[in-house]
Amino acid sequence: MGKHTAFFHNRPTIAATYSVAGKKEGDGPIGKVFDYVFEDEYFGEKTFEKAECKMLSTAINGGISSCGCGKSDIDAIVSGDLLNQIVSASFAARDYNIPYIGIYNACSTMSEGLAIAAALTDGGYMSRVAVATSSHFSTAERQYRYPLELGSVRPPQSQWTVTGAGCAIVSAGGKGPAITAATFGKVVDYGITDANNMGAAMAPAAMDTLITHFRETGRTPSYYDLIVTGDLGAFGSRVLKHITGENGYDISFNHVDCGEIIYNIDEDEYQGGSGAGCSAIVFNSYIYRKLKDREINRVLFLATGALLSTITTQQGESIPCISHAVAVENEAL
Amino acid sequence: MASRATPDVNEAYIRYISSVSPKTKEKRSLFNAFLVGGFICVIGQFLRYMLMFLFNLEGDELAGTVSMILIFFGAFLTGLGVYDRIGKYAGGGSIVPITGFANSVVAPAMEFRSEGFIYGLAAKMFVIAGPIIVFGVISSVAVGIIYYVAGLL
Repeated sequence: MGKHTAFFHNRPTIAATYSVAGKKEGDGPIGKVFDYVFEDEYFGEKTFEKAECKMLSTAINGGISSCGCGKSDIDAIVSGDLLNQIVSASFAARDYNIPYIGIYNACSTMSEGLAIAAALTDGGYMSRVAVATSSHFSTAERQYRYPLELGSVRPPQSQWTVTGAGCAIVSAGGKGPAITAATFGKVVDYGITDANNMGAAMAPAAMDTLITHFRETGRTPSYYDLIVTGDLGAFGSRVLKHITGENGYDISFNHVDCGEIIYNIDEDEYQGGSGAGCSAIVFNSYIYRKLKDREINRVLFLATGALLSTITTQQGESIPCISHAVAVENEAL
Repeated sequence: MASRATPDVNEAYIRYISSVSPKTKEKRSLFNAFLVGGFICVIGQFLRYMLMFLFNLEGDELAGTVSMILIFFGAFLTGLGVYDRIGKYAGGGSIVPITGFANSVVAPAMEFRSEGFIYGLAAKMFVIAGPIIVFGVISSVAVGIIYYVAGLL
C-alpha cells in the first residue's frame, strides 16, 4: 500500500454500466455507444433541474437492470453532481429505499465514487454499490455562467458542459473488469484564475495524481493500454502531456480525454466537453465496452475536477483542482 | 511537499499557459461586431426616417419611438431564441446597441421564470442589466454636474 494508493486484493468488479446522454452528445463521434439518448433537453420535465434528476435516476435504474438484479440488491448509492448542494443526486436518491452516500469533487466525482465503491465492496462491507454522476448543460450554465438566451460570446479556451448521466454497479467478486487500485488525489492549485480555462487549471492536478500513482505502484505509463482523463479538453490534454513529459513520464501514446472525444466541434464547444456527466457517460459506455470486449485490458481512469464556485471566481481566487485515479483491469486469461 | 506549488512554479506555469492558450481572433471579432452593430444602427436610422416621413414625428417623440421599436425587436428575437445566435457571431456588435440591453433583461427573465414570478422572473430580471443602469445613472449625474459648472463659467 502506498501513501495515497489503495490496492484492492479481492477484485471488486464493475458488473454493469449504463449511460444516458443528451442529443448533442448522441450526435457526437461516440454517440452510438450510449445506452439511452434523449432528444428533448427537458427530458419531459418542467425544469432543467428536474430533467437532470430524472437523467440520473434513469442511469441508476438502467445500471441496476443491466446488472440483472433488483433495487433491493443494491446496498448503497454513491452519487454526486455539479449543482449547489448536489441536489440532482440527493433528489434522485429520494426515490430509492437505499442508503445514499452523496459526494462532491466537481467533475472528478465519477472516479472518486468508483474508488469509494471499490473500497466498500473490497473490504467486504457491502456487496453491490451503484456509483452515478450527472451534469446538464442548461443547469450548469445558469449556475456558473449566463442565462441561455443572452447573446454572449464563449472564449476559445472554453468547454461545453455535457448533458448526461452515467452509472456503474460495483460488485464484490463476480466477473468483469475489476478495480485493482485507487490513487486518491490532493488538491492542487497552480494559480490559474481564468474560470473559462478549466483544462489549464486541472492539468496539474491530473499530473500530480498520475505521478503519485506511478511512483507508488511502481508502474510506468506503458503498463496501461489506456490512460483516460475526464474533461481536460483538447487544450488541457495538450498541457497535461507536456507537463507530465517534462517530469519524465511520457503518456502521449496512450492518453485519451473523455471531453476531447465527445463532441464534433462544429459550434462553439471549442476545447470539448466538461462536467461530471462527461467522464461518467464516456467511461461507462465507450471505455467499459472496450474493456468488456477485451480490446483493452488495463485502464487508468482519472477524472479531473475544478473545485471552484462562482463566488470564489468573482473574488479573484485561483482555481483549486483535484483528480482521483482508479485502475480498472481485466483478469489475465 | 505541499500540494500548492511554490510561487515561482506558479509563475512559470501561468506564463507557459498564457503563451500556449488559444487566443480570440481579435480582427475577425472586431470586423463581425462592426458589421452587425452597424447593421442594427442602419435599421434604427431607417426606422427614424420612416417615422419622420410617414408619421411626421420629431425630436424626443421620434427618438423614443425608434428606441421602443428596437427594444421590442431585441426582446422578441430573444424570446424566439435568435438573439443569442446573433450574439455568438457579433459579440459586442449586438451587445452595445439598445437591442442588446433588451436581450440582457429578457434573457434572465426567461431563465429564472421557473423560480416564480416574483423571486424568479422579476427579481433576476436585472442581474445583468443592473450594473448598466447603475453606472448609466451615475455617469449622467456626473455629466449633469459638469454641464452645470460649465454653464456658470
